[in-house]
Amino acid sequence: MKTSGKSAPILDVCDLYKTYRLPRRQELKAVDGVSFSVMPGEVLGIVGESGCGKSTLGRCLLKLTPATSGQVLFEGRDITHLPERTLRPLRQRMQMVFQDSYASLNPRRRIGDLLAEPLKVHPDAQGHKRSSAAIATRLQELMELVSLPTTALARYPHEFSGGQRQRINIARAIALSPQLIVADEPVSALDVSVQAQIINLFADLQKQLGLTYIFIAHDLAVVRQISNRVAVMYLGRIVEIGDADAVLHTPAHPYTAALTAAIPRPVTGLARPVPLQGDVPSPINRPSGCRFHTRCPYMQTRCQEEDPILHPIDDSGHEVACHFPLSPVASATHCNG
Amino acid sequence: MPANMPPSALLDVRNLRVSFPARGQMIPIVDGVSFTLNHQDILGLVGESGSGKSVTALALMGLIDAPGVQVTGSVCFRDQELVGMPQKKLRHLRGKEIAMIFQDPMTAFTPVYTIGWQIDEQIRAHERVSRQQARARTVKLLGDMGVPDPERTANRYPHQLSGGLRQRAMIAMALSCNPSLLIADEPTTALDVTVQAQILELIRSLRDTHHSSILLITHDMGVVAETCDNTMVLYSGRVAEYGPTSALFASPSHPYTAGLLASIPPLDGPRPLRLPAIAGAPPLPQNRPAGCAFSPRCPYAHTACTTALPPYIATGPDHFAACVLPQEGTPLPTRIRNELVQESPQP
Repeated sequence: MKTSGKSAPILDVCDLYKTYRLPRRQELKAVDGVSFSVMPGEVLGIVGESGCGKSTLGRCLLKLTPATSGQVLFEGRDITHLPERTLRPLRQRMQMVFQDSYASLNPRRRIGDLLAEPLKVHPDAQGHKRSSAAIATRLQELMELVSLPTTALARYPHEFSGGQRQRINIARAIALSPQLIVADEPVSALDVSVQAQIINLFADLQKQLGLTYIFIAHDLAVVRQISNRVAVMYLGRIVEIGDADAVLHTPAHPYTAALTAAIPRPVTGLARPVPLQGDVPSPINRPSGCRFHTRCPYMQTRCQEEDPILHPIDDSGHEVACHFPLSPVASATHCNG
Repeated sequence: MPANMPPSALLDVRNLRVSFPARGQMIPIVDGVSFTLNHQDILGLVGESGSGKSVTALALMGLIDAPGVQVTGSVCFRDQELVGMPQKKLRHLRGKEIAMIFQDPMTAFTPVYTIGWQIDEQIRAHERVSRQQARARTVKLLGDMGVPDPERTANRYPHQLSGGLRQRAMIAMALSCNPSLLIADEPTTALDVTVQAQILELIRSLRDTHHSSILLITHDMGVVAETCDNTMVLYSGRVAEYGPTSALFASPSHPYTAGLLASIPPLDGPRPLRLPAIAGAPPLPQNRPAGCAFSPRCPYAHTACTTALPPYIATGPDHFAACVLPQEGTPLPTRIRNELVQESPQP
């Protein structure tokens, strides 16, 4: 999975597992052996249905939830086993934006105080404590970056709309000039017209500040708009990863094909594809062999027995975990119904 | 109020206004909504959160009982006026003639009774049948809705079912008395896309299998395009545009509809560098601007928009928009993302 070349990956994930113990000796494998790497300045989208482990993966990447096993290398350094104290200086270089813009802001504090907190906790680049004048200037800059008026600093979270609150959350995430931002469903609670504004803001900041994003969402169209690469997850594992347009337009995994076909397009007169039958199986007792075989229209006996591993299907970095990957032509016709 | 209602209309809503009291004022959350729903028609009601979609639906059902709420206008269902109808009479209609499906089937079912018990109860509330007869019908309905092993599923509690199955059970319950009107409020919003596709297909099939008319409330333009015959776009409690779905999507007449369609990131075709977002956010109902409610965000706004309410005029066959532009002879450019339309294969 390691990408060779002159620059090193900013994030390298190796065989990451997160298992939750349940009563009666049951185990829930939320993240079930995930490996990928992200280059600096890249945007990796992670998509999947609810319960596929995408949010748990996002939290494990920043060690907000400790992983059960496996490694997360941030700028070449394994952070999975670092004690919290050693990890804290690294925390300013990796930040997170959550879905619920209201729950992530303390309702009793003014926006200015909320945004100043990380600046007070962490020292500046020279290791000095920031002066209140420096903090005030930074707050002005941040407001400008996320296109909010400076008067917003004196107001409380409830005085803002959902879109504006998400701008505040983004401002807080970029306050310490991080390299990596993990955004977990940052626009799914917003209305489409506002959602487009926030997606544009994410894209602008990425270019302006050279950020790297892990963009987690269930909406494939949103993910495609912002990402260079896309990883599709199903029951705790990445089943397909590659260039965003390649994965979504010529999917090699039958699940990706079904997922893209199932999304209602805002266009009338399209032929409707046959929807995938059944529900996502429970992650507590997931199917043997290929985890998708219970719903796969191309299932064969080998799929029931042998768990497919992620392997490259071309030299563009398009990888798929399927014994019988769809050919580009077949997948294109599948997608168009 | 409506004297000459066409015979084909099942539901005729005229100038519906729902006002909630706040700080000594009456604030119209739904402000003069009119539309008709024909027999065996699927009408999509779209709008952003706070546009009044759900309040409209609840008002149709007579389900708004907050103190001090004023509902005015007329809702004519099969020649009966629903606005002002006593609750006792309404209760006979609700569940039997008009049924509703909610977004969250978990909270719509009682967690302490089995699915089957709750559907039996609804049947027995409206018809004089024995428990066994009711259960037989429940099991058949569940089976019709694509619930596997309906007999056993009927004996299960809501929390034991997956989201998709719960929504199927919810639809089975709504259809238990063969209602002529089904109101579905965001029925697939809580579901994953692959399950959403199954439920939408089920809803489309109800028109033929149960001869139902459906009012589908959603915020997802994709769901409307796939499912509805006609579409009504609400903005800030008012109708912005109404028309046949294909015409409305191909050439929207209201700048809000056009902006809404353009701001959806495309899944097919080339990726735009930036999404054409609509600036700003919808106004709160208490600070709705004078004139057109969309004017502060509208790229085409001019003095005529801020002085008076825009006229609701026809822009095509059965296609209306509340906008001054068509009258002034400056129709909107056709759909911005034409490449999407071209790429789609012919059905």
